[in-house]
Formats: sequence, C-alpha cells, structure tokens
Amino acid sequence: MQNALGEIQTIAVFGGTSEIGLAIARRLITPSTRTVVLACRDVDAGARAAADLGRDAGTDPVMEAVTIEVVAFDAADTDSHLQVVAEIADTVGDLDVVVLAFGVLGDQAEFDADPAAAVGAVHVNYTGAVSVGLVVADVLRRQGHGRLVVLSSVAGERVRKANFVYGSSKAGLDGFAQGLGDSLEGSGASVLVVRPGFVHSRMTEGLAAAPFATDPDSVAEVVARGLRQGRRTVWAPGVLRYVFMVLRHLPGAVYRRLPLG
Amino acid sequence: MSDTLRIVRPSLTTRLTGWGRTAPVVGDVVEVTAADASAVVVDAPGRGVIARGLGRSYGDAAQNAGGQVLRLCDATGGMVLDAQAGTVTVGAGIDIDRLLRVIVPAGFFVPVTPGTRFVTIGGAIASDIHGKNHHVDGSFGRHVRRMSLLLADGSVVEISPDSDAELFWATVGGMGLTGVILDATIALLPIETSRLAVETRRVADLDTLLTLMSEGDHLYRYSVAWIDLMATGASLGRSVLTWGDHARLDQLDDRTAADPLAFGARQLVAVPPLVPTPGVVNRLTAGVFNEFWYWSTPRHRVDEIQTIPAYFHPLDAVGSWNRLYGRRGFVQYQFMVPFGAEGTLRTVVERIATSGASTSLNVLKRFGAANPAPLSFPRAGWTLTLDLPASWRPMADLMHELDRLVLGAGGRHYLSKDAVTTPDSIRRGYPRLPEWQAVQRRVDPNGRWQSDLGRRLELVDPPRSEQT
Repeated sequence: MQNALGEIQTIAVFGGTSEIGLAIARRLITPSTRTVVLACRDVDAGARAAADLGRDAGTDPVMEAVTIEVVAFDAADTDSHLQVVAEIADTVGDLDVVVLAFGVLGDQAEFDADPAAAVGAVHVNYTGAVSVGLVVADVLRRQGHGRLVVLSSVAGERVRKANFVYGSSKAGLDGFAQGLGDSLEGSGASVLVVRPGFVHSRMTEGLAAAPFATDPDSVAEVVARGLRQGRRTVWAPGVLRYVFMVLRHLPGAVYRRLPLG
Repeated sequence: MSDTLRIVRPSLTTRLTGWGRTAPVVGDVVEVTAADASAVVVDAPGRGVIARGLGRSYGDAAQNAGGQVLRLCDATGGMVLDAQAGTVTVGAGIDIDRLLRVIVPAGFFVPVTPGTRFVTIGGAIASDIHGKNHHVDGSFGRHVRRMSLLLADGSVVEISPDSDAELFWATVGGMGLTGVILDATIALLPIETSRLAVETRRVADLDTLLTLMSEGDHLYRYSVAWIDLMATGASLGRSVLTWGDHARLDQLDDRTAADPLAFGARQLVAVPPLVPTPGVVNRLTAGVFNEFWYWSTPRHRVDEIQTIPAYFHPLDAVGSWNRLYGRRGFVQYQFMVPFGAEGTLRTVVERIATSGASTSLNVLKRFGAANPAPLSFPRAGWTLTLDLPASWRPMADLMHELDRLVLGAGGRHYLSKDAVTTPDSIRRGYPRLPEWQAVQRRVDPNGRWQSDLGRRLELVDPPRSEQT
C-alpha cells in the first residue's frame, strides 16, 4: 500500500534492466519500500542491476532492507504475461507502482531493409506493452489502488521520418495507455503516461542528442513528481509539452523540412 | 431476526480515505443492520471485509482497497441505559454524540471521550481510544463490560474481560481485525452537572510544562496541553495547559444551575468543499494562529465553567475542518514515549520546531498505565500529537527521523492515526504484536478481516485463497 506521503511499498519494473526503469525504481525507494521486482528478459543482467540497486539503497542508513527480486519476462512472449504477472502478485502482494519501461529503438535504415525486424520491434514496443498493460491493469483494478507508469515517448507525439517505426509504435502505445487510464477511472487504479524526449542512455549511445536532451535520473524525478501530484501525463523535460504543442500543429510541408534527424 | 437479507444500501463502489484525506482507494461499501451483517461477511469476496464507522481514523484503518467495507447502520442496536448499574448497552454503530444526548441529561458521561464526539462505539473500542483523563481512568477498553463480536465464520460471540478475555483484549485496540463489534455495554461516569470547572495556565516552555503536568495532573480528572510546535529558542514548547473536573452543582451560577444537565452541542460553521488545492494551513496562518492562541490565554485562570462541547470537542463546532488542508490532505502524527524519555521528547519537539513545519493543532498529554490489550496504544508516558499538511515535501524525511527517535526511546505510534510508518516500526513499538496475531489467526484462519492499515503494516496475513 502507498502511505499518506505517497511512499511506495512495492514496485515492479517490466524492462527491469532499462536505465530509465531502474532510475525510477531508485528514485521511488524510500524507508517504506518493501519489495522491488525487476522483470526482464536477461535475468543475469537483471541480477547485476538488482545488486546495483540494492547497493544504492543499502548505502542510505535510513533504508530498512528492501527485497529486490529478478523475474524472467519477455515482452514479445505475450502468452506468458498472465502467468508472470500472477506470480509477481503472489510473491509481493499488492502492486503499488508498476513501470512499463521496455522497448527497442532500432535503426530506421535497418528497418527499411528488413521489415521483419521492424515487426519485431513494434511487437515488443506496442503489442507486448498492450498485453502486459492489460494484465497489470486488471490486477490493479481488482486491488482498488495502484499506479501503472507507461514510458511513452515524444517520438510518438508527432512521428518523424528519421524513426517512424519506433515513433509509430510509441504513438500506438501512448494512445493505448491514455485510453487504459480513462477506462480505469473510478477504480482506484490509474495510469501515468510519461513522454520523455531524447534520453542519454545505452539505448541512444552514439546518437546525436536532440534539443532538450535529458537523462534517466531527470526522467525519474519527473515521474516521482507526477505520481505524487496524481498526474495522468508528464513530459521530461516539461518544456517538451510546449515544444510539441507547436510541432504537432506544423503543416506537413514545413515539418518535413525541419532538421529533426 | 429476518428471513431475507436487509441490506440497507446496496454495495456501492466508493472512493475512501481516512479523516486525513490521504491515500484514497476504492472499495465496496455495504450498509447493513447488525442482524444481517453476518450474511454479508460470510459471502465476502476475496479481498475481505473491514467495518467502518464515521471514518474518523486519520489514516487507512477503516478502508479496504478492492474489498468490502461494512457500515453498521446506526438505527439498529438501540441504546439501553441502566441508571441503577450506571451502564449503557449500545449498538456499535452509534456515535458518542448521540450517546451523550441521551446519557448527559440522565446524569451520566462517557468514561472516555476523544477530541471529537463523532466516533462510533465500535470504533472507540477497536481503536481503544483515550482522552484527557487517561492518567486517571485509562482508555476506553477498561470501561467495556461486555460486547458481542461477529466472527469471520458468521457466528456471534459474547466476550468480556471474564469470558474469552484473550479475544476481548485482542478486540480492544484490534483495529477491527478480529471481527465486527455489534454492540457493547459500557460503564458510565455519574455526573452532577454537564459543565466542567476548568483551570487554564499559559506555560512559557517545555520543561516547565512537563514539571507542571508531572506534579499537578493527579489532582484533576482531565489534563491536556496545547503546544506551539513552531516556537523555538527560549519559547520552545510554550503551551496552554488546561486542567478540568466535572463541575459540582454548587459551582454553577443560578441560571446554569436551573438546568444543570443541559446538553446542546451544535455545529456552528462548516468548511466548504471548495478549499483551494494547497489548503489554507501554511507557515503564515499556522504561525498567526499559534501566536493568537498562546497570547489570548490568560496567564492563570481558575474555576472557569465550560460546557462539554467547548471543553472536550471544540473542533466539532467546525464541520469538515479536515478540508482546511486542501486536496492533498494532512497527516496526524501521534506517538508516545515512556517516562524517563523526556530527553527524546525534547529532541522531537526541537526537530519539529526547527523543521519549518506549519503546525497548529498539537497536543501533549501524560498517559497513565496501560491496559492488558496487546495493541492498545497508551502506556505510562508522554504522548504528542501533531497535524502536518501532506503536501509539505520535507515531511517524509522528518517522519522517518522522528520514528527512529521514538522507537529508540521505547515508544510507539497510534495505529488509528498512523498513515506513514512502516511494518518494522510497528513490530518494534508493539512487542506483543505476535501474541495479538496468534489470537487473530485463531479467530480468522482464512484472513477474512482485511484493511489497508492491516496490509500496509503487515498486521494480518493476506486472505487465504478459498478457491476449490
């Protein structure tokens, strides 16, 4: 259960080795936190991430022992989602905050040459998130409380030619997450849609940074504040909301000419 | 008894919070008569049931996310006053306000009253509430002669300090997690008048206050101090100490003496639902209030005659005063430390005073001895209560720091107020928790009684799956 100050007892991160996902978990851990679950495809990498997370939490004398569990989860294997989520709920009890942080960025040029690879990426980013999102939402609805944090992207806000496969998958995810949030109205559970801009991380290593680039810890800070304030949508950094308010309404002829990579 | 189930109001999916208006969840609220509660409990869905009275617990004690919340409609159970024995038998859904309107004119007072009349008898027992007379009369449970308790299997048992004492004392202070209290017989206090003779003192600092209370409390039935937790330096812990006793007839003037047992509590004003989001309690308003409260009190006044509502329940004159804290609500933090831990108490007061907190409704009280209930909060020592706006960012760190100070001094937190502490803090503060849990499991092996408080603080086991 969340306490009166919005401190979280249990956190589950799907995409448990994602830098943003881990930064959010790290940011949400307080003396009230009991369990963090990292659900990820590569359980060895998950175990390393868990050790780091435990060490970060452990250096703070305020922390009581936080249990960090690593669970195998493959976003693409949608048939397994029901069981994975049920097992997590069985071990940790009520889920207070669930973060959907998995995703593949891919390379547009590669996708152009290999449609099958594009389908694979969309399957993870969109289909996988729809599947596990619905399963988690059902758990939260029955709990009568809980927050689902969905990592969308500004790339889906107005899709651009440089990464339109990735962008369109995030556009779909964003629409799904908003609709899911609306459908949970009155259930006690809710969804927070997070729209980060360019985030310096492994995922974007070697890429030229876009304007208003940010980092995982800053995104985590925005998420923590959004949860505290009961928001439904947050942008990271916040200024992107206004940038995209403009970009969204640019005529196509102008938008196509913009040097957006 | 009825053949058909009379559900007074059908199950309604409702957003619930405690009086602090924090951490809302959604559950199904069912309103039933005491006679029909059993059928509802037996059919309860997987996430269990908890009884809710008037929702005056500050935190999450009387809510059950995703489960059922049972309200006993107060029309049932009735109220039977036995003036000879000085007891009243009353339905658990009836509140102290209604009780007082019957018993005060008959020359009786409740043995214990909290700072509000709007708590039910069931809630008073489940929280084992205390009042300004704890140092003399103990907490509510001590005055309960018997009660009937609806168990998880749908049966109803009679319990008293002599009959299944173990379950009786687990239910006193048991936060509703042993069953639903249906009715109880309470020993009352005979009174000559409905007035209080009150002595008020302005006290310059904490040390003087502790000395005055230690030396003077035993001379009065009621004693409590309002304390300014924003004052620092030489004024640290400056307070207004009030001592009181029920007034005798010969202490009243002629006009009041003509109707010595009159009781007419009224709500004077209510806070409207539309308070601005951040609330109106801030550093400025709280500071001004504290200054005013302190300096408007005479240095020393004796034999002032006050009414029951003015003396015991001043905040009840303002309806929905919890709205003053705005949409994010507030936290009431109440702890006790045993005698001998005055140094810790002083450190806590210093930490709060220098933290920048905006806090006005703060109370210091000296507790008497504990009763046999394993989860009863009061035991001999000092208890401090403070209200803080939940939107105040540094609060989390401050609360956890105060938790450590309190627990380190052998103190503990009041479950009915709690909204921020941790399972570990409760285990340390209540060393008899395992003993209580053993009784709880005996009467509720499948985990039918569930509340958000019980879940958050790991007081009870999760419901055992009953799928076949």
